[in-house]
Amino acid sequence: MRASNAVKALTLAVSVAWIAGCSSPSTLSEDDSSTGGSTAGSSSNTYGTGDASGVSGMGTDGNLDVANLKTIFYFDFDDSTVRADSVGDLEAHAQYLASHPSASVRLEGHADERGTREYNMALGERRAKAVERFLGVNGVSGAQVEAISYGEEKPVVMGSGDGSWSQNRRVELKYVSR
Amino acid sequence: MKKWFISTLLLMIAVTARADLVVEVTQGVDAPTPIAVVPFQASGLALSDDIAQIVSDDLGRSGFFKSMSRANMLGTPSTQEQVFFRDWRVSGNDYMVIGRIAPGVNGQVQATVELYDVLKERQIWSETVTGNSNNLRDVAHYISDQVFEKLTGLKGAFSTRIVYVTAKMLAPNNFTFKLQMADSDGARPRTILQSKEPILSPAWSQDGSKLAYVSFESSRPAIYVQELATGQRQKVQTFRGLNGSPAWSPDGSRLALVLSKDGNPEVYVLTLATGQLDRITHHYGIDTEPTWSPDGQSILFTSDRAGLPQIYSLNLPTRELKRLTYEGKYNSRGRLTQDGRFLTMVHQDSSGFHIAVQDLKTNRLDILTSSSLDESPTIAPNGSIILYATKKGGKGVLSGVSLDGRVRFTMPNGDGDVREPAWSPYLQ
Repeated sequence: MRASNAVKALTLAVSVAWIAGCSSPSTLSEDDSSTGGSTAGSSSNTYGTGDASGVSGMGTDGNLDVANLKTIFYFDFDDSTVRADSVGDLEAHAQYLASHPSASVRLEGHADERGTREYNMALGERRAKAVERFLGVNGVSGAQVEAISYGEEKPVVMGSGDGSWSQNRRVELKYVSR
Repeated sequence: MKKWFISTLLLMIAVTARADLVVEVTQGVDAPTPIAVVPFQASGLALSDDIAQIVSDDLGRSGFFKSMSRANMLGTPSTQEQVFFRDWRVSGNDYMVIGRIAPGVNGQVQATVELYDVLKERQIWSETVTGNSNNLRDVAHYISDQVFEKLTGLKGAFSTRIVYVTAKMLAPNNFTFKLQMADSDGARPRTILQSKEPILSPAWSQDGSKLAYVSFESSRPAIYVQELATGQRQKVQTFRGLNGSPAWSPDGSRLALVLSKDGNPEVYVLTLATGQLDRITHHYGIDTEPTWSPDGQSILFTSDRAGLPQIYSLNLPTRELKRLTYEGKYNSRGRLTQDGRFLTMVHQDSSGFHIAVQDLKTNRLDILTSSSLDESPTIAPNGSIILYATKKGGKGVLSGVSLDGRVRFTMPNGDGDVREPAWSPYLQ
């Protein structure tokens, strides 16, 4: 049992570091210009480039396997209420964050394609903030959380119809390094 | 860095033709005026563009005219002496345009154009236009503007430009976004900005020299102001949360924008010279999508303060707030015509999201489109056409509709989804 916990803890540490690496927001820099982009890039920052230093020290609590938790939380049409099927996993993320003050997350809110783009930007933020509040109520410090809306700009699924729309209305929780 | 950016920009301008938007007129006015634009005579000149064809297409796309097909023309006169008005009258034309192109100095060309009233057998207008031989499209659009104005009394808007965003999903979470600028007919597209992160809400300054837009390239939303002539750009001060919906004041000195730094989306006015930021909305609901009235006295914006999104107008000097839209449960992203009389917006009814126009004098609302995912209406500076984004065959395309709903066209594009059109003001 002990051994299995240790393995779990190790897996967790590696996984979270991996998540942190993968979820690092892609930034545009001069290096990305191979695609012919004309972005000035002068303002590109290196936020979350995969340096896992910010999440070191995790894995000490073997009972929390954050890597196996859901990181995408879906929302009903025209609604920003955290759904019942999200509560369990969000509580576990909250527990982890509360016990690891050096860990932090980005909450990326998204909307489906219906309606206007900037209004959907606001709807995406409402969803991200609903999750932020949920984490806050569950003991996570505001400094550990950043809510960012992408509106309808980054769908998971292209195409119109309830099937696509329901998958695109979401908040993605991403561990980031600081 | 800046130098590199500018040279890339120039390179982009050079390598463009591939992704041209192709215009298809899908519906015209009940009785468009028949006109013949005869091929211009260009003896011994190898020209890159067919000026008469561009003029013919411009006029046809406006919906006011029906351009005669070249295949049906009995001759190609290029001087008044060669014109037999009776022939053109018999073939159903009210007006005709003829012209000839001669070489000028320093690689320039001189196009002499003549516009005739076929019924009265009278010349209406004639001008010799000098232009650069590699910018013949500019010459053509200028001629279109003149003909349009002489015959309709409305200032032509063919020499204007449009900007829009294209998006391509290469794989899940792998996108290419491009901010592009093209002629009003979709020709000569060039990339202003390319990014893997979203670009949206491009807005022209009233003098046509600058764009403001939202880019997520820093992994957070930020508003940028870019000088078109030089490519130089500046990031507007950013705040935690939303930074969106930039809108230039008519005098170009201020930007209305949306920030959620105080907890929820509110409309602010930024004075560009001083950096002074004034919050103008105060409500816990969503306030977004500001646009200025042409006199600069009011800001219109979308708000869900009554439960669902509707458009409101805030008078800046008096701070008087007025709700403008009542019909339907969703009216958002308003844009006003230059005379301030007509408000175009996205309106939802039981069949989806459509472009609608409201006469602010009578408050009559007309739904102009029947497709279900229409958005981002932008009005030509002469008020003749609304350009908007819609979906056709699952792809984002731009379409146009006249304010009276009688003229329609689409601009299909092979290169990804096209959205977020913004029509320039008249350009100098």
